Amino acid sequence: MAILIVRRVGIALLTLLLVSAVIFSITAVLPGDAAQAALGQSATPEMIAALRAQMGLDDPAYLRYLRWLGGLLTGNPGQSLANNRPVAELIALRLPRSLLLAGAAAAVSVPVALTTGILSAMYPGSRLDRLLSTATLAMIAVPEFLVATVAVLIFAVKLHWLSALSYVPDTPGIAPFLRAYTMPVMSLSFVVIAQMARMTRAAVIEQVSQPYVEMAILKGARPARIILRHALPNAAGPIVNAMALSLSYLLGGAIIVETIFNYPGIASLMVDAVTNRDIPLLQACAMIFCCAYLILVLLADVFAIVSSPKLRRR
Amino acid sequence: MSMPVVSDQQPAPQGVVHRVRFRRRRPNRFSIAGLVGSALVIFWSLVALLGPLLAPHGVGAIVADDSFAPMTVQFPLGSDYLGRDVLSRILYGARYTVGLALAAALLASTAGTALGLFATVSGRWIDETLSRLLDALTCIPSKVFALVMVAGFGSSVPLLILTAALSYLPGAYRIARSLAVNLNVMEYVQVARARGEGRAHIACFEILPNMIHPMLADFGLRYVFVVLLLSGLSFLGLGVQPPAADLGSLVRENISGLADGSPAVIMPALAIATLTIGVNLLIDSLPGRARSLTQGALR
Repeated sequence: MAILIVRRVGIALLTLLLVSAVIFSITAVLPGDAAQAALGQSATPEMIAALRAQMGLDDPAYLRYLRWLGGLLTGNPGQSLANNRPVAELIALRLPRSLLLAGAAAAVSVPVALTTGILSAMYPGSRLDRLLSTATLAMIAVPEFLVATVAVLIFAVKLHWLSALSYVPDTPGIAPFLRAYTMPVMSLSFVVIAQMARMTRAAVIEQVSQPYVEMAILKGARPARIILRHALPNAAGPIVNAMALSLSYLLGGAIIVETIFNYPGIASLMVDAVTNRDIPLLQACAMIFCCAYLILVLLADVFAIVSSPKLRRR
Repeated sequence: MSMPVVSDQQPAPQGVVHRVRFRRRRPNRFSIAGLVGSALVIFWSLVALLGPLLAPHGVGAIVADDSFAPMTVQFPLGSDYLGRDVLSRILYGARYTVGLALAAALLASTAGTALGLFATVSGRWIDETLSRLLDALTCIPSKVFALVMVAGFGSSVPLLILTAALSYLPGAYRIARSLAVNLNVMEYVQVARARGEGRAHIACFEILPNMIHPMLADFGLRYVFVVLLLSGLSFLGLGVQPPAADLGSLVRENISGLADGSPAVIMPALAIATLTIGVNLLIDSLPGRARSLTQGALR
């Protein structure tokens, strides 16, 4: 089992290396802009050339890549071009907020999605199942800014419960937390719930087609017992995998949702970095997103290995 | 209480199937959802083709007296932040949303299928390398990848198409490869191989015709994802650049009207949702294996 897990971690690290190369090569094709951006329009060509040399922008691409990679590994991904602060500092400020938002969205989506998915798997083909199936199918296709705008329309404009599109700074207490997070969490969870519910249903139904479930049916077990006692423990691995993949959607969804609600998280930081062409900041943010994805998938893989007796004994 | 009946969406279990079949509800193949889906898809195709002809006003014409006017007979969907007719803006903008996504999804599906076939009929080494490389690409969330591309190369229509195609190529590749690998071991393929047919012939004439249906359904899914990705980018102001505007740009430029509950914000967003939901419903109502695709696909 340990060997399997170590192998997975190794593959993940290798993938991360490849991803870093991809991100670096896309963003570093036009390296001249960094010096130009730092000095502004009025800079003379000589000044730009001097700064380029100083910033090491004239070195060949592979050297710049290695230097950048070394910086990432030692926790120093460089200096933000837009406001001359270390990228690490900016990220340290924003990352906890994004994690809080993602955590809240996960805490809402997982129970709802699991219940929905398992419920429809218990009575496949029933009216409830078909209703849920069509509803989740439609939900997957909804852009998050529609969910967000409709939420604002209902809760802020019509009901006046929440304030529209403004982030309330942290004040301790339940009520301010709910006021600040209800709409962002709702917009983020919408798609995640639908996706997770569908994948959970598929994972459980997959088990229902196994011979041991037929055995349970022949034994006369009730549907609820067949699903909860027989199928579900075996579906745990695939379900956790489905959860991880669906939760990874939070990463992309956060980019839109944080922007709409002016939420000061890492996703809105990244959007600002693109707008300002702040390449070091952008690269670091992109790496964090890819890391988060890989960690999620890796955790699901490890869980699948640990939870499966067949793999555990190897 | 009956036993859990296996739905028609999943491959039927071997043992249980004969006990279940006579009890199973006759699936109404082209359900209401499917009809709604096809109607929406046809509607949006027509709008994309004929939109500018149907638009009551010019795309840039300032026709209303005030900005963010409510829905009236004269302006069925209200007016936008400059006092332009929202309905006309949507009729013009749908072109970009429908067209760009179509190009990108076609590119992603075609390239994915071609690479999947290539990996299948080539040796193990090429297959492994290609699969690993494309797997690594899936670790970059599509929106993050798009942001990186826009930051690196600036936003232009060809770049947007390329970005969206690259984002969803690995997914199409994975589906195509798994379909092709299964077909590759079928007897008729082995017969063709024994007959001395070349790899290209086997890929194009033996394997491809038998995977075209699921790949078409997969194309539909990719299309939905691309529409959402590109409108998301436009919403961030990083997609289609002004003065051109797709449906996502319309949401962005009118976002200040949200506090007043202006239809100028909601209507373009609703337009995108009806397009994507329509395609999804249509795919889901297709017969056969296509449906199971919508279960696991990730946006």
